[in-house]
Amino acid sequence: MISVLRDFDWRRWRLVLTGGTIIGLILICAIFAPWIAPYSPYDLDVVAMLQSPSGAHLLGTDELGRDLLSRTIHAARISMEVAFIAASVGLIFGTLIGVAAAYFGGLVDMVLMRFMELLFSFPAILLAVVLMASLGTSILNAMIAIGIVFIPGFSRLARAATEVVLREQYVEAARAIGMGHGRIVFVEILPNILAPLLVEAAVAFSYAILLESALSFLGLGAQPPEPSWGNMLNTGRGFMGQAPWLSIVPGAAIFFSVLGFNLIGDGLRDVLDPYMKE
Amino acid sequence: MTESRQHALQDRIPTLRIRDLSIEFARRRGDALKVVDRVSIDIWPREIVGIIGESGSGKTLTSLATLRMLPKRAVIAKGTMHLGETSLHDRSEREMRALRGDRIALIPQDAMQSLNPTMRIGRQVGEPLELHSGYSVSSALEAAGKLLGSVHIREPEKRVLEYPHQYSGGMQQRAMIAMGLALNPQLIIADEPTTALDVTVQAQVLKLLREIRDQKGASILFITHDLGVVAELCDWVYVMRNGEIVEDGAVRQIFTAPRAEYTRMLLDATPSIHTTPAVAR
Amino acid sequence: MISLTDVGKTFGHTRLFGASTEFAAVTDVSLSVARGKTLGIVGESGSGKSTLLRIILGLIPPTSGSIVIDGQDIVNLRRRDEKAFRRKVQPIFQNPASSFNPRQSIGAILKAPLEVHGIGTRQSRRDRVSEMLERVGLPAEYAARHPHQLSGGQKQRVAIARAVILKPAVVLADEPTSALDVSVQAQVLDLFRETREAMGLTSIFVSHNLAVIRQVSDTVAVMRLGRIVEMGSVDAIFANPQHDYTRALIDAVPDPAAIMAQA
Repeated sequence: MISVLRDFDWRRWRLVLTGGTIIGLILICAIFAPWIAPYSPYDLDVVAMLQSPSGAHLLGTDELGRDLLSRTIHAARISMEVAFIAASVGLIFGTLIGVAAAYFGGLVDMVLMRFMELLFSFPAILLAVVLMASLGTSILNAMIAIGIVFIPGFSRLARAATEVVLREQYVEAARAIGMGHGRIVFVEILPNILAPLLVEAAVAFSYAILLESALSFLGLGAQPPEPSWGNMLNTGRGFMGQAPWLSIVPGAAIFFSVLGFNLIGDGLRDVLDPYMKE
Repeated sequence: MTESRQHALQDRIPTLRIRDLSIEFARRRGDALKVVDRVSIDIWPREIVGIIGESGSGKTLTSLATLRMLPKRAVIAKGTMHLGETSLHDRSEREMRALRGDRIALIPQDAMQSLNPTMRIGRQVGEPLELHSGYSVSSALEAAGKLLGSVHIREPEKRVLEYPHQYSGGMQQRAMIAMGLALNPQLIIADEPTTALDVTVQAQVLKLLREIRDQKGASILFITHDLGVVAELCDWVYVMRNGEIVEDGAVRQIFTAPRAEYTRMLLDATPSIHTTPAVAR
Repeated sequence: MISLTDVGKTFGHTRLFGASTEFAAVTDVSLSVARGKTLGIVGESGSGKSTLLRIILGLIPPTSGSIVIDGQDIVNLRRRDEKAFRRKVQPIFQNPASSFNPRQSIGAILKAPLEVHGIGTRQSRRDRVSEMLERVGLPAEYAARHPHQLSGGQKQRVAIARAVILKPAVVLADEPTSALDVSVQAQVLDLFRETREAMGLTSIFVSHNLAVIRQVSDTVAVMRLGRIVEMGSVDAIFANPQHDYTRALIDAVPDPAAIMAQA
């Protein structure tokens, strides 16, 4: 055990660890929000509206007198949920589509990839808005819509990575020993395309947080009084002059979570490369 | 010094003289890994000298060191190198740039990777003339045509305008040689230039290199792992292993009376097309 | 044991718009290999030799012709018979760097053929892997290593072990030594010969290297532009080549023996 710790290459993992620490703190906030937050995020206090940061309200209060720190902590729940679910939807379906297109080729490839290109040709935010319009406004639909936005990106990446792996002789060798499609895909292909996909997933996490914020900003994401960093930012906008902390605090939360996921993504890119080990 | 090096006594100054060259790789922990160890090599005018070795022998690093084109982590720890009377080991990068292509040319292993796919062959072959001799684009292109002709590319005036992918592997390698010849260098360093080629094409390229020596009087340093190619082409051979020279000698002596154990092992391991194996088939 | 009649392969590229293009990689190839013998196929790049090998392996369907291995027609193989065929015919590939899944241990790689064909128990498979590693001259502990921890020559030893672990009747080798240093190549070729001998294998060995072909083959086929231009016993081909191309090919090989003869 001790030798494991000693041999652990901290330098290799330092980006992932830094990003992981940031995201870990945000996750702890999200999971234990009711216990960590000093106040309820919904409690109005009309006598304490738009207060600047003070001993009673560490980050001040909003236009309805709600404690900003508590709201920011609770909002982490929605943002993290959206990030994980949307990125997972994109990762899982995108990978399935991409691998299937590359593996079966021909007509399957053409139909799947043309459809992906169709999705890809819409600007992300517009696609999300259109999907939300047809699915209805709710936070679950926001997650699904954002996930769908990610599918074409993941599928293209998965397809390109699979094409590369399919040219490797070990896939031919697997076919030659009589291995079936399922085992080839799960044992020979997936583990070898996972690295770039996980990197992409980490980037998708951060993008999902931004997209959710944008959707909430447009009134299509989390519905008031439910706090999300996006709709908090939106409200803060109206009080830029009197109470700049209303924008700064959720803005900083978005900044650090995006930074955290990006650090993990960049770090994973280096760590997961099997050929970089000495 | 034996037969083929007799003329050395008259010339006095070799084209290339490497003395006690050591190359090290800096490692993360601070110590250094010695990859080339006290190597001395002489190449005389009009001589084709081979360095033969297996992977990891240091043959390529040695040749790159003479061009001062070592990879970033590798450093020349010790030793001197002279091209004629010009020292190479203490030149600045700028001075080296003036020498490369002009007095020393490199013919790389993989011509396809060394040619820019988006540029016409003629422009690339004539590039050294534009860079070093101030040729205009059109006169460089004309000269490129002549150079391609001299490496036996048919209809050179037409083919200067083509792109690398329109050339076969052998033609690409010949175009690289033409580029190397542009400024009449004293020394041509060829790093496994035929390894990626088919045997019939390889035979043509080897013939071309001999012709260049005979007609232009250039010296050639030929890096290879193939004993057969050495036998076919070289006058003098250095055998390298693990960063050291294990022996050198005239090509016939190396093949008929090798002194080093390692050379004997290499000769034994190389399959011949003229003999059936000793082991029962 | 292996018999090909008029095998051809045309790669077509059908386009949605415009004319489709066709390219004949292999044309009218007929050959046969007797049980326990080795056929060497020699050719330069683009000769179609690797494509032919993949056709015989059943990885690419031929456009025309018939292939019979051990009395079984493998062109129109039924699904049910395919697994049995896979067990009988095994490949050794060229590039030691890409012939193994980098994320799997050597043990897992060697066990896979046994698992796919449901041979043995967990324990007996493990024993068989150790036995095979030792047979190809590697310590049994290497089962725990990953491909990138092995040298090129060691990887090709593992490749030979993987090819024969199912006790096949036929082994098809595609330039298995072309990426190796000569000293290592000699050892791998020796191992190939020994294994072939010990297991009574019938084999086809594809290479661009005439000297290597001479070392391992009983009969030799010379391929050029998708066709076999000459075929015969190894001694006949090398001592008395009939076709101009074969002669040109042999003449082009630089040979150390020639310079020794001059002395």
